[in-house]
Order: sequence, then C-alpha cells, then structure tokens
Amino acid sequence: MKKLPDVSEDEISARAARLQDEAEHSGYHLNPDVSVTRHLVRGLIANEKRYGYQACPCRCAGGRKEDDLDIICPCNYRDPDLAEYGACYCALYVSDRIAGGLAEAAPIPERRPPGSERSESIYRQENAVPSALPYPVLRCPVCGYLCARDAPPEHCPICHAMGERFRKLF
Amino acid sequence: MEFERIEGADRGRIVLYALSTCQWCRRTKELLSELGVAFSYIYVDLLEEDEMKGVIDDVTKYNPRGSFPVIRIGDKVIVGFHEEEIREALA
Repeated sequence: MKKLPDVSEDEISARAARLQDEAEHSGYHLNPDVSVTRHLVRGLIANEKRYGYQACPCRCAGGRKEDDLDIICPCNYRDPDLAEYGACYCALYVSDRIAGGLAEAAPIPERRPPGSERSESIYRQENAVPSALPYPVLRCPVCGYLCARDAPPEHCPICHAMGERFRKLF
Repeated sequence: MEFERIEGADRGRIVLYALSTCQWCRRTKELLSELGVAFSYIYVDLLEEDEMKGVIDDVTKYNPRGSFPVIRIGDKVIVGFHEEEIREALA
C-alpha cells in the first residue's frame, strides 16, 4: 500500500486562500464548509505531489496527465455541474445559493464519461472553422483569451492587457 | 488484497471502495462507523499499479462508470454518498 504524500496545515491554508481569491475574482465560490474544503485542498496538493497535476480528489486519476486532462481541477465538468446541481462533483466549487448558506451541497452523478467512451468525447479537437459567425472572434495576444463581440473589451478580463492589443482570430 | 477491517455489529458483508482524498468517501466511511457496523474498506488510489487495476476492474463490475465511493451491502450496490439509501440498507 502506498502512502499519500504529506501535506502540512500551512500548505493547505495557503492554497485554500489562493483558490478562494481566484474563485471570488472570477465569479465562483468555494464550499463554505471549511472542513470539506480543507480536505479537498489537501487532496489537490497531494495529487499534485504524487501525479504532477492537481487531479480531482474525488476521482481516480491514472497518473498519466494526457489521460486526465479533463479532471485537472477546475475540471471540464465543473461549470455544467454548477449549472445543473449547484456544486461540482467533489463539491469544492458551489453556487451562489450554497455559498450563501441557503442550500447544502449534495452528492451528484458523475458526468465524466467512463474510460471506454472518453477519448472521442473529450480529446477530439474541432478542425473545421465555421464559415459565417454572428460576431467576430477576438483574441488576446498575451493570454489567448477569446471573446465573440464587435469590439474588444477595454482590458482583457483575464490578464488585463489593453484591448487595443486584441486581434481578430476569425 | 489489503482491505482494512473496522470492527462493529455484524450486518453481513459490507465493503467500501474509496479514494483517500475524496470527501464523499470520507463521509461514507464516517457514516458506516457512526452506524457501528463491521465493514471492510480499501483506498484504491493507494494501491500499487498492478493491484489497482484488478480492484478497478472489480469496481467497474458493480459501477460501470467507475466512480467512487462504491458501497456493497450484501448483494446491494450503492454508488455515491447517499446517506438515506445507506441507512435504509442497514436498517
């Protein structure tokens, strides 16, 4: 039996504070139940130490990053699960309602396809570019942020680069 | 296979397949302990690679999606921390 890598309470506090800042800054919320959040953050750090990437603590990572890109936290399923259930699969991220104490996070079904069906649905890349778009797609040259609108924002909401640096991608 | 055994009241064979980092698995284990039943559990993520493969194949038989926790109570299989369902199965 292997041992889970050690994670100190200080490491958990520091990571939890950073994730909390990042979440709130981007319009997300961490689970207000501190015992749950700290347990999950410990798992994220332990996974980073043993696998080299912060795989979801509530999913069984295989240790091969290319097979687990979809479950690196925040996972591909977080936003659809937040929209449908008010929490992500492990319940690290929760909705406004749950963050505000109006509801509690409950276990939800696994949205990740089983291993046998995964490659086609997750790793397929779209090669065809649609010929007509209702808006141009603009790209931030600094961080790659894309937006579909007639003119760029004043500043990139992700990296704060000036809007005039944006270029039309298609 | 290295199942850990928790002593308690004998309610037949109760097996918990869990991940050591998963909070739903933790809560499932806490619930079983709170109910005072004897059960075995295994942290699948802490197994050596060859052993892990065998256990995941088993888990997939009970739960094709391969998610955790999986709780076997006799012939019944419960996937996920469904507190009421677990309590009912042990009532």
